[in-house]
Amino acid sequence: MKPMLPELMQTHGVSRRRFLKYCATLTSLMALPPAMMPRVAQALETAVRPSVIWLSFQECTGCTESITRSHAPTIEDLIFNAVSLDYHHTLQAASGHAAEAAREQAMKDHHGKYLLVVDGSIPVGDPGYSCIAGISNRDMLKETAAGAAAVVAVGTCAAYGGIPHADPNPTGAVAVSEIIKDKPIINVPGCPPIPVVMTGVLSHFLTFGVPKLDDLGRPAAFYGETIHDRCYRRPFYDKGLFAEGFDDEGARAGWCLYKLGCKGPTTKSVCATVKWNGGTSFPIEAGHPCLGCTEPDFWDNGGFYRPLSVPAGDFRKVGLAAVAAGAVAGIGGGMLAHRNRAKAAAEHEEVDAHDLEKPS
Amino acid sequence: MNNPYFDLLMWARGPAFNIALFIFVAGIALRVVEIVALGRKRDLAPAKGNPVAQGLKTIFTRSVPRKGLVAYAPITYIGGYIFHMGFFVAFFLFGPHIAFIDGLIGVSWPNLSRVIIESAVALSVLALFALLYARMADPVRRALTTFDDCLVWLLSLLPMVTGYVAVNKLFGDPTLMLALHILSVELLMIAFPFTKLMHAVTFVMARYYNGAIQGRKGAQS
Ligand code: SF4
Repeated sequence: MKPMLPELMQTHGVSRRRFLKYCATLTSLMALPPAMMPRVAQALETAVRPSVIWLSFQECTGCTESITRSHAPTIEDLIFNAVSLDYHHTLQAASGHAAEAAREQAMKDHHGKYLLVVDGSIPVGDPGYSCIAGISNRDMLKETAAGAAAVVAVGTCAAYGGIPHADPNPTGAVAVSEIIKDKPIINVPGCPPIPVVMTGVLSHFLTFGVPKLDDLGRPAAFYGETIHDRCYRRPFYDKGLFAEGFDDEGARAGWCLYKLGCKGPTTKSVCATVKWNGGTSFPIEAGHPCLGCTEPDFWDNGGFYRPLSVPAGDFRKVGLAAVAAGAVAGIGGGMLAHRNRAKAAAEHEEVDAHDLEKPS
Repeated sequence: MNNPYFDLLMWARGPAFNIALFIFVAGIALRVVEIVALGRKRDLAPAKGNPVAQGLKTIFTRSVPRKGLVAYAPITYIGGYIFHMGFFVAFFLFGPHIAFIDGLIGVSWPNLSRVIIESAVALSVLALFALLYARMADPVRRALTTFDDCLVWLLSLLPMVTGYVAVNKLFGDPTLMLALHILSVELLMIAFPFTKLMHAVTFVMARYYNGAIQGRKGAQS
């Protein structure tokens, strides 16, 4: 039997003060009133560890990496450890038939109660594109979701199709929500998502059930504002100070990365406030424009380094063709006008006042 | 799962922009070439002055109002100046717009801060409403107002309002508002060659032509 959270904290030297601080952060992150904090802490400490089945489909394991990153034991991964992770083919020791047997057992024992976490998209072009133990991703998802209490689609691939879904989408990759229609689905997009967002969602599920979701199925508390709203480079955007290159003076002075293709203005995430690696930094702070990875189809957003205001298509060819077409049409129009003038001149009849007075 | 706002933004930045660009560029080329191709009969009389210098000068001097006219129609003149200058500042001196022009033709220049841009936009919008009021309050000008005039007024207003809303996130989803801003500009581009908006190009030709005629005759213009 796995130890509960308090024991885990003790063995990892995490003080109760730190844990409570973490709960306070989580409470505010989840946009809950501060009075809820003790309830969050209590729920996390005493929650009966739910069975979690984690399915990985067309993915890069970055999401697993993100949540389990091993540089130091964090409360996030302790919380992650506090659930009963009954199946995760990257992390579990069992393999082959034993692994599949563990999944089937968990599905049977906790039918209707387990949490299904999915990372990676599901290919529907040909079931053979991605299989686990000879079972296609689609079949495994359908089978496992049938007895789940809820599904958490972790990462942009599971939430929206992500990179496999990028044009031309050779495998016919789709999101979890395209296949599962009868279960609550919480999308936690990001490539990968921020660990605390994943544990925040998990904690919310343990304490208060499915959190409030936005139109794209994301927990509204974590995806309510754009990165641009909270970006520390925002004052430079407002002052009109933009880095023009990755190593120019502006870039070194920390100016806004809009002209280098930043998608912060249209990307909703808490990267700018929660940050990564224990609150150390986030991509924009590291000098790279936001790619917009929490949004559907971010891979096809017209180019990572093309500013949002620059058209995404092949506009130069269109412009040149337009000049040529317009000029030809203009010459045609001019010639027509000349012809009309010549015709009018040829048909011109001389009349005098007497002619005009003739009865018609 | 798709984000319809994102799809709209990508449509606005992709196919819709290409369509608008084609109509805008081809339309301007068509109208300019057509005007030039019409030509003029050669003037066989000896020139009494310098038509080219006078033509070039007139392009600029016609931007200055004749004596007494500002006092005669203050809203029209002052409002007109404010609108045109505000529009110019907002379009040509906002960083993301310069990035757009740079992406399009590879030319860029320094930009202004958001406070100045937004002040220019606010003044421009106020000026547009003042101009509309002045036009509608005058029975003669109201009678002369066509659908084309109202359309052009609206198409000039929309990009400024949608741009202001998108940048300030006044309401609506930021992706949707950006898409609407771009689409409003595309509408302006499509209407441009076929409405009075075309004056932004033809004013140079018309002023030069008028100035050159007078210059040739040795007259002031
Ligand atoms: S770097 Fe990106 S997110 Fe930050 S202010 Fe500039 S455009 Fe906005």
